[in-house]
Amino acid sequence: MNANGWIQIALFCAVVLALVKPLGWYMTRVFEGERTPLSPVLAPVEGGLYRVAGIDARHEQTWLGYGLAMLAFHLLGFVLLYAVLRLQDVLPLNPMGQAAVAPDLAFNTAASFVTNTNWQNYGGESTLSYLSQMLGLTHQNFLSAATGIALAVALIRGFSRASARTVGSFWVDLTRCTLYVLLPICFVYALFLVSQGMPQTFSPYVDATTLEGAQQTIAVGPVASQVAIKMLGTNGGGFFNANAAHPFENPTALSNFVQIVSIFALGAALTNVFGRMVGDERQGWAILAAMGTLFLAGVAVTYASEAAGSSVLNGLGLTGGNMEGKEVRFGIVASALFAVVTTAASCGAVNAMHDSFTALGGLIPLLNMQLGEIIVGGVGAGLYGMLVFVVVAIFVAGLMVGRTPEYLGKKIEAREVKMAMLAILCLPLMMLGGTALATVLPAGLAGPANAGPHGFSEILYAFTSAAANNGSAFGGLTGNTLFYNGLLAVGMLVGRFFVIVPALAIAGSLAAKKTLPASAGTFPTDSGLFVGLLVGVILIVGGLTFFPSLALGPVVEHLAGSAGQTFGTGG
Amino acid sequence: MRPAMLNQLRPALVLLVALTALTGLAYPLAVTGVAGTVFPAKAAGSLIERDGRVVGSSLIGQGFTGAGYFHGRPSATTAADPADASKTVPAPYNAANSMGSNLGPTSAALAERVKGDLDALRAESPGQPVPVDLVTTSGSGLDPDVSPEAAFFQVPRVARARKLSEEQVNELVAAQVQGRTLGLLGEPRVNVLALNLALDDLAKR
Repeated sequence: MNANGWIQIALFCAVVLALVKPLGWYMTRVFEGERTPLSPVLAPVEGGLYRVAGIDARHEQTWLGYGLAMLAFHLLGFVLLYAVLRLQDVLPLNPMGQAAVAPDLAFNTAASFVTNTNWQNYGGESTLSYLSQMLGLTHQNFLSAATGIALAVALIRGFSRASARTVGSFWVDLTRCTLYVLLPICFVYALFLVSQGMPQTFSPYVDATTLEGAQQTIAVGPVASQVAIKMLGTNGGGFFNANAAHPFENPTALSNFVQIVSIFALGAALTNVFGRMVGDERQGWAILAAMGTLFLAGVAVTYASEAAGSSVLNGLGLTGGNMEGKEVRFGIVASALFAVVTTAASCGAVNAMHDSFTALGGLIPLLNMQLGEIIVGGVGAGLYGMLVFVVVAIFVAGLMVGRTPEYLGKKIEAREVKMAMLAILCLPLMMLGGTALATVLPAGLAGPANAGPHGFSEILYAFTSAAANNGSAFGGLTGNTLFYNGLLAVGMLVGRFFVIVPALAIAGSLAAKKTLPASAGTFPTDSGLFVGLLVGVILIVGGLTFFPSLALGPVVEHLAGSAGQTFGTGG
Repeated sequence: MRPAMLNQLRPALVLLVALTALTGLAYPLAVTGVAGTVFPAKAAGSLIERDGRVVGSSLIGQGFTGAGYFHGRPSATTAADPADASKTVPAPYNAANSMGSNLGPTSAALAERVKGDLDALRAESPGQPVPVDLVTTSGSGLDPDVSPEAAFFQVPRVARARKLSEEQVNELVAAQVQGRTLGLLGEPRVNVLALNLALDDLAKR
């Protein structure tokens, strides 16, 4: 660790914090249906879309109607993406002649992008045509991100409204988010990325003759347009196999910095949207403070562990930290920071190979996802995940003092707590259940590339990443098999929709309640005490649920590695 | 319930088609158009030509093996085995199939590979500490850079093979060192392909 490393981390935090208020202001206007600086250009497009689609922009939906609309939209999107992948060999824009994607891989990839997971069992440059990358993946990157934000806004409306039957219109939220927030930012962002050296072309791969006379085929493509939304929408599915470690997908230290900031930008700003819409920005800052506490602790552990390096390699006389799987232009600190950010948010892009991280350095990304990616989180998904934990924390606080718990003037009652617990419990069920299954079945045990506890970590990471809709991987796992394609896809779908539907149910039941005025007995939810309680509940729930699995993987590996033990056979 | 679902079907279909066309076609095409006009060389992949032939991309590493060139980092990329398409064989710096080694910190295979590389480099420059990036594979397998220490480490070998003085080669390396962006971001580095091109130019003079 050195001073420059901490300065890079501090600069990152400062830039994200500086963006919270302006982006929060802008997004609040977008979702309140007010005029924005972009309205003169975009309002006619928006109006036209509604007319063709037969949408009345003033007609709002109940939580159930909102949820059904969302599910119908996803079902159609899933079918479209599956069809594009299966038919890419006969569709245009396939200069490299990529074959049709196999059924199980297409199913996995479609589930992966529709749920904003973007798990990469596909190989990017070696599997997909340009059309699949654009029409298939880029468009789902937009729509799954817009859906996440729309759902968070619906849940916020549940808190901000009183005695209301509806939580907004899914169609309007989806359209406005795509048109006013995602598209304009991505257009400018993509051009910036090209200025840093990211390709944006429809030409076939380039054949080069190297200085030593060897042939090198260099994969290119329409990379920048996809990477912009991949980061901003916390999707994370790469154009290339190596994702943001690939020099074309992350050419410079500056492109890297902006990419990390863009992972957090919208998610962090949504806490401010929350504060503004419930009429008290301090409530949003309190949530962000709880997120920030967990985040900084994670960054410190991963940075320290990667900078110290692997005991086994240090034993051979190496110094300078763990550079296996990392790029020189980023070095230790920018790789460690990226890893913590991408798993805190549900992004899943990687600029270094997490599989080669030190045991403790890799434990933090795993833990971030197990806690449900509530530290800023996926766009939208992080906020509604965090608000689900808020419901539980408020409930625990209420139990301690023997009062009916309240949050923002809303009584938290049995129905909300039941729904919150349903959302919280479905994640460990998929993560740990899937891991358990894979460790007893031959098809599951065939997956890991590393022996010993690290092999277990590879399996655990895969199911954790899938259910948390993250999409990053301990990439050594051979995941492109019928067993993993299928089971991981189920994990992704359950992890997405079994959180979304209970969160929407909470929104509906809260919106219908009266707002009670604060009294002397009300627990102030913008205080340090509340932030501490929230962090405590998250760590206790996460710790009790996941510590045994972490003990079997990264913790054992750390202890064994410190003693100089290695696993598997050399070479 | 049936009319409710049917009511959702039209907006779902229309929005899916319209937003797909907008985000999946119009947006990437617009970015391609503008990028191709404003940053044509970068949009095409930062390709380097010498005597009318593409010799590589300034952003993509190449597998240098000769003693007279600076070497990049070890690369873990693979290619399909020509003898059996279901298997893969090592193919360093395969720019059509990026990947890392994915070997974990307690992997015996990793420890053995690093030890082999270390022994070879220590034999080449006895007594010099070996920079860590010269014996570890990058995340992409296509890392175009090495650390300045790793470039300077190779100066004696390159100077011997090229019959140049170490001072000359040292100067060449020093001129190719790029600092942190804005003095803050990332790490100092040397682009290996650019360095080797400069080395070839020096030899021609």
